[in-house]
Amino acid sequence: MREPRRADIRLGRLSPQTYVAHFADRVAPLTEAQALLEANRCLYCFDAPCMQACPTHIDVSSFIRRIAEGNARGAAESILESNPLGGSCARDCPTEVLCEQVCVRNTQQGQPVAIGRLQRFAVDALMASAQPQIFTRAPASDRRVAVIGAGPAGLACAHALAREGHAVALFDAKPKAGGLNEYGVAAYKVAGGFAQREVEWLLAIGGITLRSGWRLSSTAQFEALRREYDAVFLGVGLGNTQQLGVPGEALDGVVDAVEFIGTLRQAQDLGTLPVGRRVLVIGGGMTAIDAGVQSKLLGAESVTIVYRRGPQHMRASRHEQELALTQGVGILHWLAPVEVLGEDGSARAVRFARQRIEGERLVPAGEELVLEADMVLKAIGQRLDGRVLTECKLAQRDGRIATDESGRTSIANVWAGGDCIAGGQDLTVEAVAHGLRAAHDIDRQLRGERSRPEQ
Amino acid sequence: MARLDIDFCGIRSPNPFWLASAPPTDKAYNVERAFEAGWGGVVWKTLAEAGPPVVNVSGPRYGALLAADRSLIGFNNIELITDRELETNLAEIAAVKRRWPDRAVVVSIMVPCREESWKAILPRVEDTGCDGIELNFGCPHGMSERGMGSAVGQVPEYIQMVTAWCKRYTRLPVIVKLTPNVTDIRFPARAAKAGGADAVSLINTVNSVMGVDPDTLRMSPEVGGKGTHGGYCGPAVRPIALHMVTEIARDRETAGLPISGIGGIGSWRDALEFIALGAGSVQVCTAAMVFGFKIVQEMISGLAAYLDAKGLASVEALRGRALPSVTEWRYLDLNRVSKAVINQDLCIQCGRCHIACEDTAHQAITAQRDGRRHFEVKEEECVGCNLCVNVCPVPGCITLRELAPGEIDRRTGQAVSGTALEWIQHPNNPLRSGA
Ligand SMILES: Cc1cc2nc3c(=O)[nH]c(=O)nc-3n(C[C@H](O)[C@H](O)[C@H](O)COP(=O)(O)OP(=O)(O)OC[C@H]3O[C@@H](n4cnc5c(N)ncnc54)[C@H](O)[C@@H]3O)c2cc1C
Ligand SMILES: Cc1cc2nc3c(=O)[nH]c(=O)nc-3n(C[C@H](O)[C@H](O)[C@H](O)COP(=O)(O)O)c2cc1C
Ligand code: SF4
Ligand code: SF4
Ligand code: SF4
Repeated sequence: MREPRRADIRLGRLSPQTYVAHFADRVAPLTEAQALLEANRCLYCFDAPCMQACPTHIDVSSFIRRIAEGNARGAAESILESNPLGGSCARDCPTEVLCEQVCVRNTQQGQPVAIGRLQRFAVDALMASAQPQIFTRAPASDRRVAVIGAGPAGLACAHALAREGHAVALFDAKPKAGGLNEYGVAAYKVAGGFAQREVEWLLAIGGITLRSGWRLSSTAQFEALRREYDAVFLGVGLGNTQQLGVPGEALDGVVDAVEFIGTLRQAQDLGTLPVGRRVLVIGGGMTAIDAGVQSKLLGAESVTIVYRRGPQHMRASRHEQELALTQGVGILHWLAPVEVLGEDGSARAVRFARQRIEGERLVPAGEELVLEADMVLKAIGQRLDGRVLTECKLAQRDGRIATDESGRTSIANVWAGGDCIAGGQDLTVEAVAHGLRAAHDIDRQLRGERSRPEQ
Repeated sequence: MARLDIDFCGIRSPNPFWLASAPPTDKAYNVERAFEAGWGGVVWKTLAEAGPPVVNVSGPRYGALLAADRSLIGFNNIELITDRELETNLAEIAAVKRRWPDRAVVVSIMVPCREESWKAILPRVEDTGCDGIELNFGCPHGMSERGMGSAVGQVPEYIQMVTAWCKRYTRLPVIVKLTPNVTDIRFPARAAKAGGADAVSLINTVNSVMGVDPDTLRMSPEVGGKGTHGGYCGPAVRPIALHMVTEIARDRETAGLPISGIGGIGSWRDALEFIALGAGSVQVCTAAMVFGFKIVQEMISGLAAYLDAKGLASVEALRGRALPSVTEWRYLDLNRVSKAVINQDLCIQCGRCHIACEDTAHQAITAQRDGRRHFEVKEEECVGCNLCVNVCPVPGCITLRELAPGEIDRRTGQAVSGTALEWIQHPNNPLRSGA
């Protein structure tokens, strides 16, 4: 009789030193000498394209010239004035499709100015300095704003409102503030506990009270907030994961990729984190790449990302796809999962159907393929956790909260921003931009500069 | 193959590249290494009278102006003349010359402005077998406070007097090294010639203060909390040196006087400019101090290749070739019209040309076309000032195009004239000839 083959999911595949090395900064911080050299590549462009491409319109040419002139503090001030989460964005941003994509040095030298790394240099220098605070609060107004969700959108909104003198109550369901910066973004992008250092810096402006472990879960809560506060901002992100919707999804070893990363991000000791010997990641976005790469870094022997369309359709940028490939993560295209196959309640393999495009639609091409796996990570997208919001009668569009260009929702005195609203690209920097624009609009309304809509 | 050897006022050397009187030529050890590397000649670090030598500071003697990538733009020093015994220097000069008979060994001298002092030192220098002497009338710091160096070089009468003494007490060719710290370089050059000088060399260093330390708020560099002005040299001074060489080469009174060009030379192209503007040899200090002696090999290779490519048989064939193109402003043709042209294929759209022209020149470059980023010259505004060409980061992207005679200048609406119009005849000139 054959020995039942067990799914090989184990912890401690690597030595403690290897974990440390694997999860340190993937992109090393610039030394001062490197920063000076790199800063001097910037041409101080007129109406700089990089600034236009930044969702928060950081004045890139100004901050880089300040670095070049030996004024890192002034550089950080310029960055944080436009984007108080400039430190996170410097780490998170896919700069290759944002500011650095349009840098004119691409055309001339085939290589953009390293805007993201320079931004990190300046903000890190400020945060490490004796006086990391550069902004002061305006005299306290008697206005109170509730911000729900302490991710990038909520934090940016809260900080901007606090600067204007308003009192902000910041609520979050999780034990720590930071949102996906704390629980989602790849560990090697925000190494060294940066997310929490940034949260501390943001809260130190004063006037913000953080209530963690508080979840908005009923219309009664929502109505109470609207009564007690002059304005409400919703920055709740995307709470649900898309399901594969195939048989076998409930087997052991089939894991939500965001949850997997969240556990990884919170682990004190990465050696306690189990990972499969053979990992399949299903999906084609940033989460799929991050989950794949981090499983590999945890010691998985083989990791394959399986996506149902072609490379050109992946939401992960070319740069990210290349990162995965250089880390030894394979990527297979045109395969959609049909069934997760298991033994003794654990996943052992996934059966895929090859796909092709017919018109606009994806249709099975006929062929099927079984790939063995000890662990299956689902990374096919996040969805708004919309139950309460629907009950609260917030208008939605494309499955997310509908807002106008200032971030106003369909309900008076309620704004929203970040991943939870419709029409965005789900990036940290965009969430910050949303938070700031809403804060600006809220502030104008609280000052009476903008008429209050009828209740 | 073009010939690189020269005969400079009777001093022969296998190539025109000499090391200027400075630390690189301070002692036999350095000079030996320089000759091994290929330098055609040296001007030995300036000698002083017999007796206790001068004393240098043992703190920072040098300061630098660096570009962003820390390449050196300008260099400053407060070093004095040689701080070694006269006897030691003379013995070493004699020995080096004996070992390197084909190289030029010129000895720089600075002694007090008394005839006896010059009379005493010159025969001893001549005894070394050296090829010539250079009178250091240029050192702008330290020695000038003691009535020597640029203190002499700034008074044409002294230059003439001392040069005449030297001609009296030695048969060696006398090169007078000039200080740029004067208002009109032609006067000291004329004085040197009047005193009988065989040649002039220039420039020595320019008076300069390098900067202030923002932490201490003291000038820098400093020695024990205080600093003093120093002599400036290196690439930054080259245009100043070229101007002064040109002035002497063009001056009717000094025309034909051999010139050894000095100031910011670090490559064959720099040397070419000095030679084309009239210099018969060139001297190098800073570039050797930055890169070491080997650079002379790159200079030799580049100059030889250039002369061959141009079909010029010798350095002499190049000498002064650019001089006829230098004139006074009043003789420039005011009828010539140029317009900037942007090569859209090369343009990287940084917008520097636009903002430079928009803010500080003639509002002649667009920023947009049809709502899109686009930089193009508006000929109806462009005066051909060249600012955009100078600020564009892409070589050859913006050029000036000279309009052909008969073409309409869209700025003035007038057709470009085929005849020249100089200021001296210009209708707006109240002093024009015939007015
Ligand atoms: C795995 C992964 C990797 C990513 N990597 C990158 C990257 O490298 N670069 C990049 O730019 N973007 C990245 N993103 C996207 C980026 O993290 C998000 O766009 C960004 O965090 C959105 O910010 P947010 O504030 O809208 O939402 P979130 O960051 O999701 O924050 C929402 C917050 O609201 C809280 N919350 C939710 N519901 C409630 C409730 N009912 N009551 C109270 N609190 C609630 C949550 O606890 C959370 O703290 C990544 C996303 C994922 C999932
Ligand atoms: C450190 C230093 C010391 C110098 N000492 C002398 C000197 O003793 N006698 C002299 O005639 N010129 C002296 N000079 C001037 C150089 O000979 C030369 O004229 C000047 O540096 C310009 O040339 P460059 O730009 O190639 O350096 C000195 C220059 C430097 C940098
Ligand atoms: S586009 Fe590039 S070179 Fe121009 S300002 Fe931005 S970073 Fe600097
Ligand atoms: S260059 Fe040499 S002598 Fe000068 S300070 Fe440096 S180590 Fe000392
Ligand atoms: S400066 Fe040169 S590269 Fe930049 S926009 Fe103008 S023409 Fe183009």
